Amino acid sequence: MALPTYATTGQKIWHYSYLTLCGLIFFFLIAPIIVIIPLSFNAEDFFTFTPKMLALDPEGYSLKHYRDFFTNPNWQQALVNSVKIAPVATLLSVSLGTLAAVGLSQSHVPFRRAIMAVLISPMIVPLIISAAGMYFFYSRIGLQGTYFGVVLAHAVLGVPFVIITVTATLVGFDRSLTRAAANMGADPVTTFFRVQMPLILPGVISGGLFAFITSFDEVVVVLFVGSAGQKTLPWQMFTGLREQISPTILAVATLLVVISICLLTVVELLRRRSERLRGMSPT
Amino acid sequence: MKLKTTMLMAASAIAAAPAVVAQEMADSMTLVSWGGAYQQSQVNAYSDPYQANNAGLEIVWDSSSNEAVAKLRAMSEAGNITWDLVDVVAADAMRLCDEGLAMEIDADEDLAAAPDGTSASDDFGDLLVSDCFIPQIVYSTTFGYRTDVAEWNGKEPDDICDIFDLETFPGQRSLEKRPINNLEWALYCDGVAMDDIYDVLETEEGQDRALAKLDTIKDSVVWWSAGADTPQLLADGEVVIGSTYNGRLFSVIVEQKQPVAMLWDAQVFDLDGWIIPAGLPEDRLARVMDFVKFATDTQRLADQAKYISYGPARASSAPLVGKHAELGIEMAPHMPTDPANSKNSILYNFDFWADYRDDLDAKFQAWLAQ
Amino acid sequence: MTETTQDGPMLAADGTPLKKSLRRALRAQKLRALGLIAPLLIFVLISFVAPIVDMLFRSVENQIVSDTLPRTVVALRDWDGEGGEAPGDEIFKALTYDFIVAAERKEHTRLGSRLNYEMTGISSLFRKSGRRVDDIGEDYLDQFKDLNDAWEEPATWVAMMASEGWVADQVAWSEARAAAKSADQDFETPEPAFALRPGVAKALPETADIYSAFARTIQTQDEDSPTEEEPWNPVYMALFNDLASNPDAASAFSGDVAALLSEAAAAVGNFETISPKDAFLDADEDWGDPMVWSTIKAFAPSYTSGYFLSAVDLQLTASGVQPQDEDQQIYMLLFKRTLFMSLMIMFSCILLGYPIAFLLSNLPMRQSSLLLILVLLPFWTSLLVRTSSWKVLLQQQGVINDILVWIGLVADDNRLVMINNQFGTIVAMTHILLPFMILPLYSVMKTIPPSYVRAAKSLGATDWTAFWRVYFPQSVPGIGAGCILVFILAIGYYITPELVGGTTGTFISNRIAYHISSSLNWGLAAALGTILLAVVLILYWVYDRIVGIDNVSLG
Repeated sequence: MALPTYATTGQKIWHYSYLTLCGLIFFFLIAPIIVIIPLSFNAEDFFTFTPKMLALDPEGYSLKHYRDFFTNPNWQQALVNSVKIAPVATLLSVSLGTLAAVGLSQSHVPFRRAIMAVLISPMIVPLIISAAGMYFFYSRIGLQGTYFGVVLAHAVLGVPFVIITVTATLVGFDRSLTRAAANMGADPVTTFFRVQMPLILPGVISGGLFAFITSFDEVVVVLFVGSAGQKTLPWQMFTGLREQISPTILAVATLLVVISICLLTVVELLRRRSERLRGMSPT
Repeated sequence: MKLKTTMLMAASAIAAAPAVVAQEMADSMTLVSWGGAYQQSQVNAYSDPYQANNAGLEIVWDSSSNEAVAKLRAMSEAGNITWDLVDVVAADAMRLCDEGLAMEIDADEDLAAAPDGTSASDDFGDLLVSDCFIPQIVYSTTFGYRTDVAEWNGKEPDDICDIFDLETFPGQRSLEKRPINNLEWALYCDGVAMDDIYDVLETEEGQDRALAKLDTIKDSVVWWSAGADTPQLLADGEVVIGSTYNGRLFSVIVEQKQPVAMLWDAQVFDLDGWIIPAGLPEDRLARVMDFVKFATDTQRLADQAKYISYGPARASSAPLVGKHAELGIEMAPHMPTDPANSKNSILYNFDFWADYRDDLDAKFQAWLAQ
Repeated sequence: MTETTQDGPMLAADGTPLKKSLRRALRAQKLRALGLIAPLLIFVLISFVAPIVDMLFRSVENQIVSDTLPRTVVALRDWDGEGGEAPGDEIFKALTYDFIVAAERKEHTRLGSRLNYEMTGISSLFRKSGRRVDDIGEDYLDQFKDLNDAWEEPATWVAMMASEGWVADQVAWSEARAAAKSADQDFETPEPAFALRPGVAKALPETADIYSAFARTIQTQDEDSPTEEEPWNPVYMALFNDLASNPDAASAFSGDVAALLSEAAAAVGNFETISPKDAFLDADEDWGDPMVWSTIKAFAPSYTSGYFLSAVDLQLTASGVQPQDEDQQIYMLLFKRTLFMSLMIMFSCILLGYPIAFLLSNLPMRQSSLLLILVLLPFWTSLLVRTSSWKVLLQQQGVINDILVWIGLVADDNRLVMINNQFGTIVAMTHILLPFMILPLYSVMKTIPPSYVRAAKSLGATDWTAFWRVYFPQSVPGIGAGCILVFILAIGYYITPELVGGTTGTFISNRIAYHISSSLNWGLAAALGTILLAVVLILYWVYDRIVGIDNVSLG
């Protein structure tokens, strides 16, 4: 997007003000995330920049909220629950979702549009409606307040992400490869795992990451479907915001941002790898 | 009718007593409370010592008390009660009791007597406002204000009606997003005598009058729904004066050392306590009854006051209230029931609110949304 | 290869016609595809679609009125409410019976709360009356008692009302219980369910009805036995009514009971009568308000449109659908506000998202994927965290106000109010939903060949014309996709408006949550939810038409 050497002054002004505008918008995107990082080192128990912090006085800063996170049994239990729930929900939505995406990508699928609409709907239906519906229904069948109930609910919420990303990878998938494998005597299962899977794996993984983060960051549904025994990190954060004043949630958030950056890097690397595999070099 | 029920209950309790002793007790228990410092005080004063005596017992805490009525109703509809003991305010307890969602208890049979032998029903006295309710604490809803507001020119509010005085005390206020307490204060400051408040509030004109009074400050109010809101808003300077539970203000002022002070005038007393959900299986019920008997005895209630500035609900606990567990200051002057603090206070009328809560809630919410 | 004849159909290797063979292969392929999809589809249908459909049913269900007040509902069928008068004694009698049963089963307060949604004031009316209803009929009890002390004995009533079979079963049961007690064993079997003597219902219809309700209620509710409990006071009123209308009732009985009854039948003519209507009016004069009665009548059917009507600020009355009282009209306002704010959020997202997507699609891959991380990072950060950091930024003593004061744009005592109002919600939600605008825009813009713009410029177009006439039209599908996605997601938001919206910046979802967890008006919550869901599904359908759901891209 470099400016040509023959650009007029007007074009230059326009170009640089455009870049400034973009910079401001990026700032708008990132500022709320940046602002929590110093606050998480606040020495006081409120979400406020204290005068001491603004004066960069070391006394205004402390690691006590991080210490609280790592020592407080409530937070630790919430972490354990999140770690117990998210991977299982992800596994469920990825395995069922990948199978279904492969099915949907076949050339002749009856009611394809309708099926697709149903499978994507968990992403579209307002969360409060999903949560309320599951609350009443799961209560009736005895799943409300159980580990299994929360896993099911989170798995359903993750399904659309898996479907979307995996079908997107399958669009570019060369079907002659599976035919070739079948021609050489591989049965469908072998073909799927040895030929198709390695090629769509980046899509599956990034779908899985989306599903994972959905479960890991989900608060509305777990508030309704879960009970104290399934209190996840977001739930604990929500309680932290509403019931007790504690910047511990900012410490948690900072840790989560760091994890997010790591995950995003993984996704980016995977994407590059997938493009290399498909023979598309980054331009 | 009442007497008959009591007698029958006593009779059945006697008949059931040997069975209870022999009963297997469940080895896990879900307690529901309000979260935060309050729940922590219960953990410290009740559940930790109880677990020390009962090795192998698992206690799960759920901070869902503000949705307790809705969740208990859904649980009972589904026939799947997952809670064993629920901490609710007295008004919720009455409602749950009325709907048959909470179990009726017999104070003398199910609760421990005072150390001097006073029966539990005498020790709790008038605070047993419902047949299902086991009181724990007396708390009050009152105001805190910032002490460093420049626009006030050195004046500090000392009267509840200063809330409505935007001239002398400009700035944002925070009030709870429900009619309870707000309507009482509004009427009181509109010139209704303390004793007549509920009579006036019973009439349509009185209700409109209270809302009209609130209208005068509506634009300067931030409405809160969670106990942590007002302390955070005061600490941030977002509001200059706001209502909340006195224990929350204690923590802002004494523990966090924020420039905030208490306005005890016209504080409204309320009660908080346990209810046992109706329809528990026998082993869980036996466990809960055992825990409740322990957790509401004289010493335990007095212990709780070491961690939070709420008054114990038993008369016999009051002399045992000591110093704050960490700060080492005397807790008595910070109790809402301290004579210096309760010179002018509103007695929350439980029966009135049990009857009128639905009506006034609907009115208030519609007023709020307009 | 297949041998084909000139005139016969083409044959496959196994000799079947090729058409048929292909069709079979196609069917097999379809089945295989469906087989792969089926597990997930079933999973989503059961754990997601079924709960939602189940909840939507709550928006029309209304059995509570006819379940709690069955006799009153039947009696009210003939009452037309014309003339502006409350109904007469006949209906109040039915109400007495229903109310005593409901009060003993603790159902009347719940019904009161239910009807209070339709007419404010009914909840307190029901609660007060529930405490007083047991007094009705006490005067009859006294008069029967004065006549003969036997009327106070539970045994008299059992002998009169219970079937012989039940009496025998009950005796066997209590012996078994006594045996278990003396052997110190647990005895869990409940008392056999009360059964009415044949013929009683004909001779003493009201008494039979209310007494069996009494017997079953105390059996199930208090685990008491009719053999030990004297009936509720209104049972005596029923007996009086029966004897007054059928003095010959004693002939259906024999022995002591017959004697007792004929003695009573002879005396009831001289009894002092009590009007149940007066008794209710004495408990609360609101029972004289015909509005209360028309509300009960209007909501008597098991299914109601009432919740949906309330959701659009209408109300169901006995005389048809009418607009809700002025000061109760809030839902249309909320729907409009939700739509308005969602549109504002959508437009802000276009304004902020378009330049970014344009920049990203015009940068070399390496730079753009780095910048894309900046777009995705907020997307991956906890929603709660982003919302609370907006709180920190926007509040009056917050970072932005501090900076503005420091620069001197805003006076210190006149700081901007940017939170707990619509502005706060719009800013925070624009931030949260912006990636959902940028990503589809970016994926569309990437496919627009740069040569078109270059061609336009070489033909003499200015930068602006080239952009506006050539580039922009090609990016419109991306705008459409992003808009619908952002709008769909915005309209159903709950957490963010709850935390930063105050009272003016909240959405209809917050109202739904309020009705689920605070006011417990689940029917109205379901009706509001159904309307919201319908709007979202229509948009979803439009989105599918325009963009196709499988074309959603997630970067």
